[in-house]
Order: sequence, then C-alpha cells, then structure tokens
Amino acid sequence: MDIYLLQALPQNLVFGILVGALYGLAALGLSLVFGVTKFLNVAHGELLMIGGYASFWIFSLWGIGPFLSLPLNILILSLIGLVLYKLIFVRMVKLDVENKIKNTMLVGFGLSLILQNLAIYFWTADDRGITTFYSAEAWTFLGVRFPLVRLASFAVAFICLIALNIYLRKTYTGRAIRATVEDWEAASLMGIDVHKVYLISFVSGAALAGIAGALVSITFSVNPFMGMHWTLKALVVMVLGGLGSFTGTFVGGILLGVTESATALLIGGNYREIVGLVLFLLILIFRPQGLLGSKQR
Amino acid sequence: MRILKISSIVLVIVLLASLPFVTDRDNLINLVILIFLYITLASSWNILGGYTGQISLGHAAFFGLGSLVTRLLWTGGSPLFWSLLAGSSVAVLFALLIGIPAFRLKGVYFSIGTLALAQILNITVGNVFPVISSLPVDMLATYQLLPRYFLFLAIAIITIASSYLLVNSRLGLGIMAVREEEDAAESLGVSAIRHKLLALTLSAFFTGLAGGAFAYYHVSYYYQFPFTPVWSFDALTMVFIGGVGTIIGPIIGAVFFVLLREYLALNLGEYHLIVFGVLFILVVLFLPGGLVEAWGKIRKFFGKQRSLKKTEQTPQPGG
Repeated sequence: MDIYLLQALPQNLVFGILVGALYGLAALGLSLVFGVTKFLNVAHGELLMIGGYASFWIFSLWGIGPFLSLPLNILILSLIGLVLYKLIFVRMVKLDVENKIKNTMLVGFGLSLILQNLAIYFWTADDRGITTFYSAEAWTFLGVRFPLVRLASFAVAFICLIALNIYLRKTYTGRAIRATVEDWEAASLMGIDVHKVYLISFVSGAALAGIAGALVSITFSVNPFMGMHWTLKALVVMVLGGLGSFTGTFVGGILLGVTESATALLIGGNYREIVGLVLFLLILIFRPQGLLGSKQR
Repeated sequence: MRILKISSIVLVIVLLASLPFVTDRDNLINLVILIFLYITLASSWNILGGYTGQISLGHAAFFGLGSLVTRLLWTGGSPLFWSLLAGSSVAVLFALLIGIPAFRLKGVYFSIGTLALAQILNITVGNVFPVISSLPVDMLATYQLLPRYFLFLAIAIITIASSYLLVNSRLGLGIMAVREEEDAAESLGVSAIRHKLLALTLSAFFTGLAGGAFAYYHVSYYYQFPFTPVWSFDALTMVFIGGVGTIIGPIIGAVFFVLLREYLALNLGEYHLIVFGVLFILVVLFLPGGLVEAWGKIRKFFGKQRSLKKTEQTPQPGG
C-alpha cells in the first residue's frame, strides 16, 4: 500500500461515515412507512428532492439557512405527505399485504414521474446548491478534515434517530405505531385507530424525507432527477439494515457510506454507485433478512 | 368467427407490410417503426410481468445488452442475423444468471433486485463505453429504412405470436397457475421456479432482440442509452395502461403510448410524462385491467342496453 493511500484512508473513512448518516436518514423515513403501513413508496426520493428545493428556495428568497429553516421544511413536507396520503395512498390501505406492496410501488413509480417533471417545470433542470457563510468552515483534527456542514448534518441525522426511538418507546402514539407493526388486527381490537397510525407514519416519513433533503441541499446539490438515486440508496440501506430496527437502518447507512468511499478510493470514483447495488443484490440473495436484521419466521 | 379473426389479423399484417410501398414519407415510417419497437418491448415485458406476475423494473438491462452485443458484432463485420441472435442470447444468459437467485425472493424483492441489476449495468456501461456509437461510413452509405422496417415488423409479430402460443399451451397454463397461487400450483406438480424461469427467458430473449433491432436501426447513440431505466419504465407503463396479462393489452398500450406521447411532446414538450404518471396511477387505482378492461366494460354496458331492449320487445309467453 503506497503512502498516498495510507494518508487518504482516514479522511476517506470520516467522509464515508458523515455521508452514510445521510443515507441512514433517507432510509429512516422509507423504513418507517414500509414497516408500519407496508407501503413501498418508491417516490420517497422525490419527497427528499422537494425537501431539498424547499430549503434552497427558503435560503435564496429569505436568506434563511437550511438548518434554521428545518421546522418550516418539516411543515411543508408533512403537508405534502398528508395530501398524498388522503388523495392516493389511503385507497390502498385495505389491500392484502402482497398487493399493497405491489400497488404502492407502482403508484409510487407514477408519482415519481409526476413530481420529477413538475420540478423540471417549476424549477428547471439546473443543479442548485446552497452556499452559506459557514459552508467552507472545517476543523482539522490529526490531519483529518471535518467540514462543519457535514458534521452538523451528521448531528441532525443522529438526533432524528434518537428522537424517533424515544417517540416510538415513550409516547402513546409511538406505542400504538409499534403495536400496529406487530399485528394491526390485534392493535385495532385494542382500540387503536389503525387508520390514524397509518396516516401519522406516512406523514412522519415525508417529514423525515424533508429533513434529509435539506441536509442534501447543503452537503451536495439538488436537481429534479435526484429522486431515483436517493430512493435506491434508501432501499439498499433498508435491506442492509434489515427491517424493524431503526438503529439498524442508521448503521446500515453508515456502512454503505463507508463502503462507497472505500470503493471510490481503491477502485475509482466511477464505481462508487455500483458497490452499494452489488452489496444489495448479494444480501437479497444470501441474507434476505438483512445484514443486521434477525431472522423472522 | 375464428376464420374472421384470422383473416383480419392477416389483413392487418398485409396492410402494415405494404405501408412502405404506398407512402414515401420517412417520418411516418419512422413512427410506425417506433410503434413496432414499443409493441415488442411491451409484449415481451408482459410475458414475464403479466403472466407470471413478477414485476421487473430492470428490462433495460436486457434491452441494453441486446443492443450492445448486436452493435459491436454487426459493426465489427458479423452478419446481422448472427449478431441479433448473439445479442438476445447474451440477454437470456444474463437473465438466467440473475433469475435463478432472484426467484428465490418473492414479489417486490424481485422488482427492486432487477432495478438494482439494471442500474449496475447502466453505470458500468457508461464507465466502460462513455462515447457515442456511430455507424462506419460504408454502412452509412448503404443505410436504408426498408429493411429496418421489416425487421421491426417481423420481431413484433414473432413476439406477439410467441406470447399467444405460450399462453395457449400447457406451459402457459402452468405459468398462470403459478401467478394465481404459487403454493397450490406447486402442490399439483407445477414447478414454480421452472415456469418463472421459462417466462423470464422468453421475455429477455425478445427484449434483447428489440435491443438488437434498435442497434441496427439507429445511426448514432450513446452506448449507455439503451441501458437507461426509462426503457424498463416505459414497458411497464404501456403494459399497465393497455391491460396487463392479455395478448392485445400491450399492443393497444404501445400504440396508445407512442401516439399520445408524440402528440403531447408536440404540445407540452417534456412535461408529457406528467400526463403518463397521472394516467398510470389512475389505472393502478381504478382500472387494474387497463384499456382492455375499459373496453370490455363499455361493451358490456351497451350489450346490456341492447338485451334489455330485446326483452322489452319480445312478448312474454303467457303474459
């Protein structure tokens, strides 16, 4: 191993972990919705894209940075999630599991076509990025750079994970959600309003996509075509982490981030997008319960 | 009735075959070629997606492989027939390679798995062949539209005929039995995996063939272009709008898709995809049988009206 590689390795690892947290966050929303409602919303990446545009426009119009505008972003995406649920997804609640997954996937696919082209229509196909006064700030520790924006993004993603876990364990609604995941029929017999649980989960999933989009808008850039890219990332991470554990999903995201940056370093940047997909296929084939998930019977 | 059906099919084929001799408008010929290509794509997707219920999101992989191999061999000097055959064979080989493990996964995992696979190929080909493929000068000099037209016509007919023969055979019954209730089919001695693999093989073969014809037809394009996910998504959209799991559905869907797309592209530009997205969602939610089902409903409605009138007019015996 040559000197250059040895020097680049720690930096690479750090970037991988920081980006991986974003992957984890993108997958949290998808995983929450899929876990509770069995809706496979493949338009999740498009929701993330809209979240990214929301923070871009809030920043360009009013000069409010993506971190400060997070509450507004969450509000906007929750509203969009609410509309999508009431308008479209509620019609598929009553299907049996297999058809529900299939039909929501198909509908999500149509939805992603619509949202992507609406985005081109309203906001053009250009790449949009956000550059704030703190964008270039970075700390250096032992020769490894820690860009402020990426550190803050990591922190936000981590806080989302903790908040989600606390919410699901400590609050009544959270417990109702977990009960619904276990067995929706039993939950409904216990007086839990399953429809409301579905609605709350779907809206929360959209809000999480909004947060992820905000972080992406400042770490990378946004354009109308980014949706499928992020949906695929989220799907890969969801399978990597295994269903049912949000911490597992988050770790799966970091795993993907690290694997990608290692690939970029060792094989070449062009192949960093492939490694996750290959990993994904291998796991689907050999460990369908997920790399970190437990075997369910 | 049967004779009427067969003769009308023959008539349609004869009319289509004589089209290039009655018109010299190249844009019309090109439009019909496009329709043939999309009919082939939709029909071959339907063999797998419609009859086995395995929704593939990765048919771009087979289309791309067919076009890549055919293009490389054909422009390298091999005869067209063997280039096409090699292209579709590579698509089949690849389909089996992924199919054998993928069919161990149920339903949606197959869909996402095929999407992942197609994206792997898409990115890899973009990295390995990041250039435009243009026909060599001598091939360009002898380029004619007519043989392309008949190649596409032949491939579309072969694909439709094969789906028809398959569906009306014992194997076809097995395939549909697996779609309806896999466990029940297995218990009656129908091997689910073998039937799914058969459908996948046929589906990939014809998609690869369409890719090969695409490579023979286009003067220049990016090697990566046939691998882009839009080919998978278009096939899926056409089949669902037309009528999934029927012979005529993908044909209607393809004609409707191409004509509406051309019309909307003229009037709306790129935003025609919004219309298709809305249409697609409406079909999935409210009309799972697509246009075929809509047509059936309309016919039934008018049929009922007519039979109602008839019963009103005929005097009731003893009444």
